Amino acid sequence: MKKIFRNNMLKFLKINLLIFLVTLFNFSNAKASGGEGKEFNIGEMITHHISDSHEWHFFDGATLYLPVILYSSDRGIEVFSSANFYGDHHEVVDYNGYKYEHGHIVPLESSRSILDFSITKNVATLFLTAILMVLVFTAVARGYKKNANTGPRGIQSFFEPIIVFVRDEIVKPNIGPKYEKFTPYMLTLFFFIWFGNILGLLPGAANLTGNTAVTIVLALLTFILVNVNGNKAYWGHIFNTPGVPWWLKLPIPIMPVVELIGIFTKPFSLLLRLFVAITAGHIVLLSLIGLTFLFHSWAVGIGSALVVTVINFIEILVATIQAYVFTMFSSLYIGMAVADHHDDH
Amino acid sequence: MDLLAPGVGLMFWQLVIFLVVFFLLRALAWKPIMSSLKTRDAMIDDSIKQAETARDEVAQMKADNEYLLQEARAERDKIVNDALAVANKIKEEAKSETSVIADKMLQDAKATIQNEKKAALTEVKDLVGSLSLEIAEKVMREKLSDDASQKSLVDKFLKDVKVN
Repeated sequence: MKKIFRNNMLKFLKINLLIFLVTLFNFSNAKASGGEGKEFNIGEMITHHISDSHEWHFFDGATLYLPVILYSSDRGIEVFSSANFYGDHHEVVDYNGYKYEHGHIVPLESSRSILDFSITKNVATLFLTAILMVLVFTAVARGYKKNANTGPRGIQSFFEPIIVFVRDEIVKPNIGPKYEKFTPYMLTLFFFIWFGNILGLLPGAANLTGNTAVTIVLALLTFILVNVNGNKAYWGHIFNTPGVPWWLKLPIPIMPVVELIGIFTKPFSLLLRLFVAITAGHIVLLSLIGLTFLFHSWAVGIGSALVVTVINFIEILVATIQAYVFTMFSSLYIGMAVADHHDDH
Repeated sequence: MDLLAPGVGLMFWQLVIFLVVFFLLRALAWKPIMSSLKTRDAMIDDSIKQAETARDEVAQMKADNEYLLQEARAERDKIVNDALAVANKIKEEAKSETSVIADKMLQDAKATIQNEKKAALTEVKDLVGSLSLEIAEKVMREKLSDDASQKSLVDKFLKDVKVN
């Protein structure tokens, strides 16, 4: 017992040390992005780190220029490397009629409009997350084929409790007896958000799940699932809410309007919550790291690195909680749409 | 605000990739995993149920065995008791029969003794009579001078009688 505890402590300290080193490593990163010669602007640094970009900056000297894919009605699809926007001295230059400002590609002629389908840092992270998920869960599924009807082994035993938790604690109680149809979506949703959140905490990683584009799509999918599967009771509840005096429905349909707005506020709360929780976490971490450069002090650096280490653990917790909350509320909304109402209210 | 505005490109890629991941994982992972979990759960439930049934069966068998054992014991006791009763009865009968036989033998013996006694007495009587006659004859035949010699003579004869 004591030995196990000591081993766990040792492991914990090792992870702590690792995160501490990673955080220290991040300093050089943050300092570099602060720019040489220029006054250090903490707001700019943070915005830069949590926003999307067309290149993947790991640290100075190691930048991956990602492909730019543009669509415009007059030129069709254009593909080129984002390295074209940088001159010989790493200054931003115009290229092929486009200029690159604050992570956005803008056409020089103001009359043209373009759609940017570039493989940005977030899209690249999205690909990595997707590949990781497919690799991990096909491996888990192989485990079930290999160890049929026995206990889980290896990676399977790590993910089985989580899968069962999602099924039994999130999907089943919130959706009810029709839960089986929605379990694959909920599992994908949960693990996508969880993996994305955790990967986003790595140094140099993109802020994928803290981007509204990502959360909007996820909320949209839940919205579609809820309303496509909504049964008679669900729509009846919206347009003719039971248990409400008639003058709230006629002649001015106050309740139907409120309920109709509710259809949209639900997914909106989903997309906003995830975006805010993850982005706020990144801002807190980056602010604490930024303190070092505001004070130009090693002492502050070591102090903030220690605090950041602790916050990092909290962020791992938040990453898990947010995945849970998003999945839980999605299940709840679907559950409300498919439940057989017995009008008990 | 720039931070809040969603990029159209990222939304497009997010939708495409999420759906691809969803359909891939649904086919390759979630469905097989869910069915395996279900099968395993069912198997575990079945095994537990079977174990319970087996336990009940064993308990039933034990009870049956106990009952059979008890019955066997009771039968054994009954057989032993019966045997003892029969034995006792036989003993009693033997005893009573023996006593009857003994009584009869005793009676017979007594009767025989009586008869013998009677016969002996008759014989003695006859003998006494004949002896008396003999003695009287001999006394008569001899000339006896005195009483003393007569008396010794009588004794002598009596002695002869005893010898017989």
